Amino acid sequence: MHNNTIAELAQGLQQKQFSSLELTTHFLNRIQEHNKQLNAFVTVTDELALAQAKLADARIAAGDCQPLTGVPIGQKDIFCTLGVRTSCGSKMLDKFIAPYNATVVERYNQAGAVMLGKLNMDEFAMGSSNETSYYGPVKNPWDVGTVPGGSSGGSAAAVASRLAPGATGTDTGGSIRQPAAFCGITGLKPTYGLVSRWGMIAFASSLDQGGPMARTAEDCALMLQTMAGFDEKDSTSVNRPVPDFTATLNDSLKGLRIGLPKEFFGEGLDPEIAKLIQAAVAEYEKLGAIVKEVSLPNMNLSGPAYYVVAPAECSSNLARFDGVRYGHRCENPKDLHDLYTRSRGEGFGDEVKRRILIGTYVLSAGYYDAYYLKAQKIRRLISDDFKRAFEEVDVIMGPTSPSVAFRFGEKSADPIAMYLSDIYTIAVNLAGLPGMSLPVGFSNNLPVGMQIIGNYFSESHLLNIAHQYQQVTGWHKQAPAGF
Amino acid sequence: MSLSTAEVNKIAWLGRIAIDEDKIEAYARDLSGILDFVEQMSALDTSAVTPMAHPMDQAQRLRPDQVTEVDQRELFQANAPLVEAGLYLVPKVIE
Repeated sequence: MHNNTIAELAQGLQQKQFSSLELTTHFLNRIQEHNKQLNAFVTVTDELALAQAKLADARIAAGDCQPLTGVPIGQKDIFCTLGVRTSCGSKMLDKFIAPYNATVVERYNQAGAVMLGKLNMDEFAMGSSNETSYYGPVKNPWDVGTVPGGSSGGSAAAVASRLAPGATGTDTGGSIRQPAAFCGITGLKPTYGLVSRWGMIAFASSLDQGGPMARTAEDCALMLQTMAGFDEKDSTSVNRPVPDFTATLNDSLKGLRIGLPKEFFGEGLDPEIAKLIQAAVAEYEKLGAIVKEVSLPNMNLSGPAYYVVAPAECSSNLARFDGVRYGHRCENPKDLHDLYTRSRGEGFGDEVKRRILIGTYVLSAGYYDAYYLKAQKIRRLISDDFKRAFEEVDVIMGPTSPSVAFRFGEKSADPIAMYLSDIYTIAVNLAGLPGMSLPVGFSNNLPVGMQIIGNYFSESHLLNIAHQYQQVTGWHKQAPAGF
Repeated sequence: MSLSTAEVNKIAWLGRIAIDEDKIEAYARDLSGILDFVEQMSALDTSAVTPMAHPMDQAQRLRPDQVTEVDQRELFQANAPLVEAGLYLVPKVIE
């Protein structure tokens, strides 16, 4: 059953070929068997999952079902889950039991989906390799000596190893797309404002966006259908009708205009990856697409702008962790200042501290214009670059990451080397656009992902484009050995 | 852009984060590296560019000033490290 897609499992459940209880038990057994090796789940909610499965079976029996009713999924441990520890990969929240559900979790509950557990991640979603998690790194199922990517590394590894048919992720600078690429799965970062951020622990609020991670574009469409939609509780949620994401999956790609930004194929890109992207683009030409070169001239400044905006917002968001109301508190504080500084010093790991410090610095008196305001201006230029490109083409394609999954420790000593892993993804967050990653081949036996970037609210089109590719290729069907 | 250890200590104080003494130099080096990376921005003249605060240039939504939340103090305080009689306890701040 674990090799089936969500779409196939949903059909099996509705046709009563198996029950949600059987399906859920099957996945819980797989987690039991393989999670020690991968460290993908930090919390397995087996009792809750079995209870939800029984409820789903009752709903299916009563004919009251939605596409995801009875389908087990994993939740990234950044989404608050009522009564269940929500750690965000941090010692700071190691004992935090969320007092409410995130809107995303609530929506899955309403759809009758089953939650298998909470997935490991880089601490507070800050990292590109999962090595910053308090619970230890997740292993990439394709080669357990390599990283799964990050920050949604637990989600990507769980889906790739068939420990869950789908999982949620969040993407602030590439945290859905880069791990999806490293683990050979399909992931979508929606337009900013499409999926509610309520109850999703904030990292950089103007960039954070939740989205689906699964093996196929069709499964991502089913998950996004459940996740997307206006939420009054999220002040930046966009109020517009949500389309039927599955309705257009089979549309023809004849005449599709694909743009290849020359800045995505320059220095720093693994030539093997460049070749695989070209091959995937050639596949699209066979499907009727027209390819042309475009330019995103300010692309090179997206990294520098991101590493001002994201840390600045992070330092502000993470100010709430004070050792007083919730989260880690140090022993025997001698005064209030000592309580704050030691609780935060002990509760946060090095990468989170670095980003809080950078954020504090760039927002401190006298530096605002030189850093944050400057970065917001560059953000405008990057957004304008995309606007111009989308006058000429429908979508932009390129690599998701400049390399395949790297080895543990390879980049963890050098923050900048790690940051460059997201060089092709962060511009999309700065502009607030939707982006996907889908598997397009292997280099050195490790999966390679291709990124597809679309205009605002073009998720249906992106999913359609990815789905059509998956109808004529089989990369998304490849499974890592031993799972 | 190079930060001294004294500057790192100052920023850590502002951000209310204790950094182990033996790690201050490593932090100074890493933070200086990040600021160097960020410095690339200054090569571009942006004097005529309007800063972008929201991808959709949306204004902040307002809601009517009505009570919509119920009191859940006990539930929320269940996560607090130290409470007494519904109050959060911290070290004494007034002499």
